[in-house]
Amino acid sequence: MALLTGGLFLPQWAMFIVTIAFAKALVALGLMILLRAGLISFGQALYYCLGAYAAGALGRFLGIADIFVQMLAGAAAAGIAAFILGFLLAKYRGIFFGLLSLALSMILYGLLVKNETLGSTDGFNILPSTLFGTRPGPAWVRYAVLASAAVVSLGLALVVHRYLRTPLGRLAPAIKDNEIRVEYMGASARYAVHVIYVVAAVLAGVGGALAATTVGHIDPDMAFWTTSGEFIFITILAGTGSVAAPFAGALIYEIIHTTAYDLSPNTWQLSLGAALLIIIVFLPQGLWSLVSKMSTRYARHP
Amino acid sequence: MDGTIYSAWLFTAALGLTLIYGVMKIVNVTHGSFYALGAYAGASLTGAWLAAGYPPMLSYVVLLVAAVLVAIVVAPLIERGILRFMYAKDEVVILLITYALFLILEDVIKLIWGVNPYFIAEPYALLGSFEVGGLAYPTYNLILVLLALVSGLGLMWLLHSTRVGKLLVAVIHDPEVSRAMGINVHRYYLATFTFGSLLAALAGAFTAPTVSVVPGLGVEIIVLSFAVVVIGGLGSLPGAALGAVIVGVVRSVSVHYWPAVELFVIYFVMAMVLAFRPRGLFSLAEPRKI
Repeated sequence: MALLTGGLFLPQWAMFIVTIAFAKALVALGLMILLRAGLISFGQALYYCLGAYAAGALGRFLGIADIFVQMLAGAAAAGIAAFILGFLLAKYRGIFFGLLSLALSMILYGLLVKNETLGSTDGFNILPSTLFGTRPGPAWVRYAVLASAAVVSLGLALVVHRYLRTPLGRLAPAIKDNEIRVEYMGASARYAVHVIYVVAAVLAGVGGALAATTVGHIDPDMAFWTTSGEFIFITILAGTGSVAAPFAGALIYEIIHTTAYDLSPNTWQLSLGAALLIIIVFLPQGLWSLVSKMSTRYARHP
Repeated sequence: MDGTIYSAWLFTAALGLTLIYGVMKIVNVTHGSFYALGAYAGASLTGAWLAAGYPPMLSYVVLLVAAVLVAIVVAPLIERGILRFMYAKDEVVILLITYALFLILEDVIKLIWGVNPYFIAEPYALLGSFEVGGLAYPTYNLILVLLALVSGLGLMWLLHSTRVGKLLVAVIHDPEVSRAMGINVHRYYLATFTFGSLLAALAGAFTAPTVSVVPGLGVEIIVLSFAVVVIGGLGSLPGAALGAVIVGVVRSVSVHYWPAVELFVIYFVMAMVLAFRPRGLFSLAEPRKI
């Protein structure tokens, strides 16, 4: 709520950053629930890109530019793809899960780069988005996208929050700790991983669609492995403590990224790499662990 | 023919990756940076060499020296300075650490060499060309094939026929017992990392004359090497050779007959191999750990 009203007073460029942060946070949220099961996907860009292209294709071939329809399309495309690929991927753990997901996202990259109807390496532009059939004025379009992003993200975050407290959601850390015990208990680790994978993909799909409308342009680089690396960065930065963590992480990432890029365009990767290294070494639970530590301390000595 | 050249190039790059994984169980993303570093060092040193008016025939030696320099200076720095503190961590976490290092090195390269492309075409044109079936190929490409053969066979020989190699095999099988037997495991890790990086730098340096050296060079090669290594089986030398040949042939066939799928087809093969033989074509069954 605070964001919705506060958003009205943000300058245009800040709105852009916040909206992109929401889009990336959704992907990171998906990676977070995968990470809880001990799985790191080096190919989440696959679903990010699929979501973006689904949204883009809707506008390009059908002329539909409604932001909610676009996000639905992104979610559906990513979800269906993940459901099919999940049968394959749910068998893998550790490094092989990461490498196979990497290969799959590079397949999409390879396909898009050579596909002339979808604009090849250049990608294509996306129609300015509309909201329930109305077209907001140029001054309002950024805010409209931001507001819808905030509402959708909040909704999805709540759903994921609920999900983490269901028996299926609680199975994920158990799979990470000891998969064989999980199976002795009578639960199917494979089924759980499959579900988690699809959920993560749907989140990434929505994020992709959102990023597509915000930027107004999509290209195959969205499926390249460096994009996946960016999402993993956000997830590690944030930690797996809470559903709010990826949102904070994504915002911090975007701010670091923008400032570093602004200060010295040739060394922003250096700053990112150094930040990632420091976090892995000194804060293996991510930035959110600071917040949870503080809150426990506060609870003990109010 | 194109396939052979491409395979040779890939093999040299992927060999170091599979060696490092085989010995240290590190999926090393930094490998791409060493490739790029090698290319940059090769390009600028050879450029300086030629500008100073020294005999151009020796520029191949200069390329070699450039790669060795890169490996000797940078690899121990990374292994001793950062990676050795991380061996206790999970495989996936180490992968992320090398990714962070890759990001850092990528910018270090930009800081040192700037963002403008480098060209050194002289060594490429120097040897002239030869004909196969009516098509002219630059003789330089033979050097790439030779390089791949020498490094591949050399490494095989080193592992199977020398004392050092046999000790290394012991380290691969069980670092702890090797340490108990009095082998300095850390020294072997350092040597492996340096040697693996040297192979990447060599591939980079000898590719430099055939392309324009630009930022982002390492990004492409790293996923390609991953594909090669995964197809063959992580940590297997004959696997890397087979992987390189498969990728090289598949790519050149698709370039000739169906260019639209060039990139797609490589990763498709990788995904297929992972789907049916997850540990690669050359791999032994591994017991599931409880």
